[in-house]
Amino acid sequence: MTVAQLKRGQKGIIREFTDDILPIKLLELGCLPGNAIELVQIAPFNDPIYINVNGCHIAIRRETALLIELDIVEDTRAL
Amino acid sequence: MSKQINVALIGNPNTGKTSVFNQLTGLKQKVGNYPGITVEKKEGICKLPRGVKAHILDLPGTYSLNTTSLDESVAVELLLNKNDKDHPDVAVVISDVENLKRNLLLFTQVKDLNIPAILVINMADRMSRRGISLDVELLEQKLNTKIAIVSTRKGTGIDTLKTLIAEYKTLSAAKNVDVTVIAPEYFRNLKKTFPKQDLYKLWLVITQDVNFMPIEKKLIEDSSSLGTKSKSELKRLQQKETILRYQFINGILKETYKVDPAAAKGFRASVDKILMHKVFGYLIFLLILLTIFQAIYSWSEYPMDMIDEFFASASQWVKNTLPGGVFTDLLAEGILAGIGGIVIFIPQIAFLFLFISLLEETGYMSRVVFLMDRLMRPFGLSGKSVVPLMSGTACAIPAVMATRTIENWKERLITILVIPFTTCSARLPIYLIIIALVIPEGTLLGLSFKALTLMLLYLIGFAASVLSAMLLNKILKMKGRSFFVVEMPNYKLPLFKNVAYTVWEKTKSFVFGAGKIILAISIVLWFMGSNGYSDNFKNADSIVAERVQEDGFSAFNQSNIADELSAYQEILKDSLGTGSHEAAPIIIEDALQQKEDALKQKALNQEISSYKLENSYIGKMGKAIEPIVKPLGYDWKIGIAVLTSFAAREVFVGTLATIYSVGSDEEETIQNRMAAETNPKTGEPLFNLASGISLLLFYAFAMQCMSTLAIVKRETNSWKWPLMQLVFMSAFAYIVALVAYQVLK
Repeated sequence: MTVAQLKRGQKGIIREFTDDILPIKLLELGCLPGNAIELVQIAPFNDPIYINVNGCHIAIRRETALLIELDIVEDTRAL
Repeated sequence: MSKQINVALIGNPNTGKTSVFNQLTGLKQKVGNYPGITVEKKEGICKLPRGVKAHILDLPGTYSLNTTSLDESVAVELLLNKNDKDHPDVAVVISDVENLKRNLLLFTQVKDLNIPAILVINMADRMSRRGISLDVELLEQKLNTKIAIVSTRKGTGIDTLKTLIAEYKTLSAAKNVDVTVIAPEYFRNLKKTFPKQDLYKLWLVITQDVNFMPIEKKLIEDSSSLGTKSKSELKRLQQKETILRYQFINGILKETYKVDPAAAKGFRASVDKILMHKVFGYLIFLLILLTIFQAIYSWSEYPMDMIDEFFASASQWVKNTLPGGVFTDLLAEGILAGIGGIVIFIPQIAFLFLFISLLEETGYMSRVVFLMDRLMRPFGLSGKSVVPLMSGTACAIPAVMATRTIENWKERLITILVIPFTTCSARLPIYLIIIALVIPEGTLLGLSFKALTLMLLYLIGFAASVLSAMLLNKILKMKGRSFFVVEMPNYKLPLFKNVAYTVWEKTKSFVFGAGKIILAISIVLWFMGSNGYSDNFKNADSIVAERVQEDGFSAFNQSNIADELSAYQEILKDSLGTGSHEAAPIIIEDALQQKEDALKQKALNQEISSYKLENSYIGKMGKAIEPIVKPLGYDWKIGIAVLTSFAAREVFVGTLATIYSVGSDEEETIQNRMAAETNPKTGEPLFNLASGISLLLFYAFAMQCMSTLAIVKRETNSWKWPLMQLVFMSAFAYIVALVAYQVLK
């Protein structure tokens, strides 16, 4: 499961990254293993996507989202 | 003399860094470029308590000291290089109270460079609304620093900040985090090799992506004793470093920062839902674009007309007041006209940047980027190129300036290079006059052919720009991999002061940056158009007078004089119809005679200036290039107009007016005159469908605007790109026009 497969409003906890070349900028914005991530919105042509990670709202492209593995959180109140 | 304190402002984008800068420096700021690169350098002076002054440098916004762009590496380089004259005595790290966690990452990095650092927590006015509470004292203790709580919106906290800056010597320069724990062995080796260097600084130099301090980096890479790490290993270490820093920050914030989650949501989510909706999102964006377009296109027309009139009358005034001579002509027709040609763009630039800075200040711009990104991707562009490209439809100059928001250099360059293909407003007069002349009457699906042609020209321009973007994307090879990571900031009410500063600054940078080049070229063009080496040029007055004596005026002028006289006669008759009947015939006769003399004098002057232009350097050039433009269906006169259009497209109509000696550049008159022009060999109209379409296409593609070239030179910091635009676009225009004429002929 990666961030790219999240549905709108779904949340998850970042497990790990599949690729080393994930931009360092993403890490700095809080996209780190263990942090919560929520898919806020999807752009009209299905790409890019708009996520809330660690309280930080950012837009990334699907190709990047595919690199971020996560575990889905079923109970959203936990976040 | 008291020494100035060097202060560097550093912070994440969207933290209100620019607002803090504006509040500290007021209008005492200077915007330029860092030498050799096109990264904007903003600096200013700030008066501190007790007569101390501070030199404030606003560094490019960055999320961390791990740089991925040229802008960011400028910031890092300055912090590392102790010998730089701007190396800060104290760094002021700007953070936003809502994103404190993320902002502190950068703060800890700056602190680890052993530079005294003050933390500014901005947007304090939002704290209560967001349910945030903060233990400032404890935070100061934990971070080993001083904190200024600031609200640039309400103007509070700036004085505290000033005091803190003045007392920077009392600040601790100790580190926050010890990075060596992420790879103890590696750092031990490093220490052995470079015993005198600070390890964190070394680490930063080693891990930079960008062409960063090449010499120092090479030194490190060359030293063989170092346990070298592969790129991916370094990346992993950077990850570890980031995690380490977040652990440190999370630990501190747990004790000092409380946020009530209930207050955090709501407004943003509901606005986003509308602005980024599949249908409404685009509709709203379209509406905003139309408003911007309307402003640049028609609202700015009024101030532009006033500027135009002002410079025309100023030039007339100079001619009438100063004694005649070369100097007066230079002043009136060269310099004043040149300055007028710069000032005329101010309304358009100001309007565009008014809107752009409003969109950026409110946070809407990021939403546009989000909406448009997917659509622009096939062309090698991203969502960030949309607004510059769209504004190019009004005027390429502000559009090129607007590309500064694109961080990726390759994307920005491509956008700059293709902007001039979009149909700017200066092309419109030429399109209108030629369409009226050569496109037949008739309708297709209720739309007139003429309107369709105009629409087609706009579409062609847009197609040319995106297709060439695609091509350039394939051709241009540039280093630096870029990722699309765009922060979606909170919606905010724009700060009037920031908007005003942006408009002022952009306008100024155009007037003084590109203005110099435009002025220089205008003077050269004026010189070439009003001077000649041949006897024909020098004796133009007597030659034309003689010709008129013998052959009379040109057919067009003759019929024009006759028309005007009969019209005048009608007016006279009407107005005198009720007056004294006996005197009337004589008065009418006298008045008519006077009118005829005046008209003849005017016609003579026009024919002289036409003759002069024909024999000036430009005229000679027009004749010289006739063999080149002939295959496109133009004669030497159109050739001259095309040549002078390289200064600015709108000159086309005016130049033709001078060459055809019709005196006024009223479109009606010049259009009649153009319609009357025939090919001397065939006797057919010179402006026919084939040559007309060829001209339209030439103007659609050719790079004929020195102001754009000048601004591209400024924005790319080299003549290479504008010259490439000039050569390639014009060559392309030539080929297309050639094919069109030869096929249609």
